[in-house]
Amino acid sequence: MVLVIVLILLVVGSVLFHFLSPWYLTPIASNWGMIDDILTITFVVCGFVFVAINLFMAYAIYKYRYRKDRRADYEPENKKLEWWLTAFTTVGVIAMLAPGLIVWAKYVDVPEDAMLVEAIGQQWHWTYRYPGADGVFGTVDTRNISASNQFGLNPDDPNGQDDLLVSGAEVHLPIGGPVKVTLRSKDVLHDFYVPQIRSKMDLVPGMITYFWFTPTKIGEYDVLCAELCGSGHYNMRSRMVIEEEADFQAWLQTQPTFAQLLAGIGSTSGGTPIEQGEQLARDQGCMACHSLDGSAGVGPTWKGLVGKNETLIDGSSVLVDDAYLIESILNPNAKVVKGYAPIMPPAQLADDQLKALVAYLKSVSG
Amino acid sequence: MALTDVTHDAQDFAPPAEVEEAELYHPKTWLGKYVFSQDAKIIALQYSITAMAVGLLALLLSVLMRIQLAWPGAVSFITPDTYIQFVTMHGMIMVIYLLTALFLGGFGNYLIPLMVGARDMVFPYVNMVSYWLYLFAVLILLASFFVPGGPTGSGWTLYPPQAILPGTPGSGWGITLMCISLGIFVIGFTMGGLNYVVTVLQARTRGMTLMRMPLTIWAIFTATVLALLAFPALLVSAIMMSLDNLLGTSYFMPAIISLGQQLDHSGGSPVLFQHLFWFFGHPEVYIVALPAFGIISELISVHARKNIFGYRLMVWAIVVIGGLSFVVWAHHMYVSGMNPYFGFFFATTTLIIAVPTAIKVYNWVLTLWRGNIRLNVPMLFAIGFVFTFINGGLTGIFLGNVIIDVPLSDTYFVVAHFHMVMAVSPILAVFGAVYHWYPKITGRMLNDGMGKFHFWVTFVGLYCIYYPMHYLGILGVPRRYFANAGANGLPDWFPESAQMVNVGITIAAIVVASVQLVFLYNLYHSATRGKPAGGNPWGATTLEWQTAETPPTHGNFGKELPSVYRWAYDYSVPGAEEDFIPQNVPAGKDTGHAS
Repeated sequence: MVLVIVLILLVVGSVLFHFLSPWYLTPIASNWGMIDDILTITFVVCGFVFVAINLFMAYAIYKYRYRKDRRADYEPENKKLEWWLTAFTTVGVIAMLAPGLIVWAKYVDVPEDAMLVEAIGQQWHWTYRYPGADGVFGTVDTRNISASNQFGLNPDDPNGQDDLLVSGAEVHLPIGGPVKVTLRSKDVLHDFYVPQIRSKMDLVPGMITYFWFTPTKIGEYDVLCAELCGSGHYNMRSRMVIEEEADFQAWLQTQPTFAQLLAGIGSTSGGTPIEQGEQLARDQGCMACHSLDGSAGVGPTWKGLVGKNETLIDGSSVLVDDAYLIESILNPNAKVVKGYAPIMPPAQLADDQLKALVAYLKSVSG
Repeated sequence: MALTDVTHDAQDFAPPAEVEEAELYHPKTWLGKYVFSQDAKIIALQYSITAMAVGLLALLLSVLMRIQLAWPGAVSFITPDTYIQFVTMHGMIMVIYLLTALFLGGFGNYLIPLMVGARDMVFPYVNMVSYWLYLFAVLILLASFFVPGGPTGSGWTLYPPQAILPGTPGSGWGITLMCISLGIFVIGFTMGGLNYVVTVLQARTRGMTLMRMPLTIWAIFTATVLALLAFPALLVSAIMMSLDNLLGTSYFMPAIISLGQQLDHSGGSPVLFQHLFWFFGHPEVYIVALPAFGIISELISVHARKNIFGYRLMVWAIVVIGGLSFVVWAHHMYVSGMNPYFGFFFATTTLIIAVPTAIKVYNWVLTLWRGNIRLNVPMLFAIGFVFTFINGGLTGIFLGNVIIDVPLSDTYFVVAHFHMVMAVSPILAVFGAVYHWYPKITGRMLNDGMGKFHFWVTFVGLYCIYYPMHYLGILGVPRRYFANAGANGLPDWFPESAQMVNVGITIAAIVVASVQLVFLYNLYHSATRGKPAGGNPWGATTLEWQTAETPPTHGNFGKELPSVYRWAYDYSVPGAEEDFIPQNVPAGKDTGHAS
């Protein structure tokens, strides 16, 4: 009767694991506590069914174990019992589905007064856009995207002139009010994913998708990508900062508008060249592929890079010096290191930015 | 007519044959018998061996993935690129080239003609071509490991645009070979599938009415119909994506900036691909699950020495599940960006499926009730199936209910769910079926001790792999990640202890994977040294156990085809001498009153 004991142990063990496991939902930071409630209801109903059927099965295996002198019953059908079980199951399913659909109706119904923010995905980093003073996003088109117009805004659209463009690795939101996150991708599918807010949605090139939530807890949260988007998928990170309205407004003031960027007035971050370089490396998404600690990545690690002799895919070798670094930033596919795919996008940087980035690279190379 | 009248008609006789028995053409050469064979039984073995061989590769890939997840960076050739290539090839091989091929090409070919009382499939030559096309598809798939860029790393879902853009490994040769291989697979499968359907509809022996067919055949038949209707969606999406990739069309490709370059595509829809893929992909789940359902019904009934409970409801459940499986596909796409109002419809249809599925589970358990349960190795696996299927089926209710899917989608909860329901439970059904029918295929029993060892480690081990994995998903761990610690370290919410879960899972996975070698050795060892089985070692009623010779020869039933006088589940009939009455035994005084 080992089987009976093992079945009972697995059932009991599963239930105990559920209650004792330290690995459960992250503390919620949004209004979607209702999703957690439906999850709990489903756990109760399904848990009951799981325990009941399996224990019944274990009991049947024990009670009707093989005996030479006994014969099984002959009972092809039992209409009454089958109808009762069907009805019972239907009721259980409705008990889980109905509240689920009620919450879904709230999920698809974005509050009228929701604040707008746009998250833009590309391999493998995030940028963000706020509609600015007029509260209206300017129109966008992938075809508008160029070195000087990374966000693809329509330069002739007056609504777009005051849009705030955030190419840093952070998105800030004020606590307490609903936020509608519109989502746009420049290249492939991505998914804006912060476990603590529960809601998420794919980014689809060629479409604007959206979801909404109300931040309810001040703090910083990791933004991850939850839809496979290629080699650097696991490294596509950003930070979401939930803060008081006043702090949020103060941060928002420091972000450049589209008009300012067109006029060449970028956000010049202060600090030493190395600090500026570090900021650039994060904003440009370099870290999705290049590690700082020597670990394997999509591209070569930066640890110990400068001064090294690298073998290229054509078999020749090159000394990693300032000239090679700058060439590889501006025209990455000219000399690709052996063992790596030629997939790095060329960066559009001004001379002082290049200098800052190279300074930073040297500082982390060690 | 009372519901308990299971013969469904007053025919105690089978109608006389309308045409005379004709001898099959028997091959004379070794090549004709064993290589280019048109005998469904040989084709079944060819399918099974090929599927298991390629499945072993997929198993190895999964172990490599698990090693990376437990000890990141431990194996130097596992890079972010090779990792997602392993993910992709593991998934695609397991779903299509192992499970689909094994259940339909393997068990379908072996069991359909024998269980319906036919000499062979109705189109033996087409059946042979089906296998060779399958083998060709497998070889093309394997070739993608050796082309520049390696196999595609776009996930088994092959979503464009990433599948054909340079930021994904294998976006050139790899995805092209994948599409070609899938295309050939679908063509080959269609040849086999038409055979299975026509054989079931047209070649049943005298007296084998549809409502006397064993549930295994009902299930394989329905799964084949699903496959014939679903695979074309996969075929067209593979063709359309290849056109986008090779000729620059824009079915699935909108205007895109790929790694700094403006592409020429415009106007296509990536979501269209997802609709086509899942219109195939969801029925595919049932193409794998239904044959397992049928086989488990058979195994439980035979080894509990009791008729299957609620046969007619079981048949209807199979048919209804098959039908509903075509109207639930977008539950894979709740967060894909499709119109969110679709969520109401697809959540409802999805949860409706829970009802016939639950009925099947109840009826398996009620078949055990008041049975006389023999815990033979096939029965152990059958009970393991029911246990894991209950678990996997219930977590499906979480993911089907659209609002709960939102936080859980693309996390390890999904990985754990679909492995439990379409990897663990079907593979347990496969093992149960192999232990059950091996004596018919070889004439010898599989070694019992090795079988029990294999069962215990596999069943308990698989549960230990996938049950804790759900909780990683609830915590929020995303799937298809090369490493949870990216360049910025672990996410804030990721506790060190969760990494311990990953280590535990990997250890269990390595143990379970190694033990499969015992199973393979048992297959090899028992073929020549196993205990002779005789024709009907389990005392089963269905026709494959009533053949004149074991293993059955070409033509299956010797000189005369059997006639069928009763349903497939006359076990422990009151008053009968034995505790089973084969389907080809006419009513008589020794068969009790129920017939």
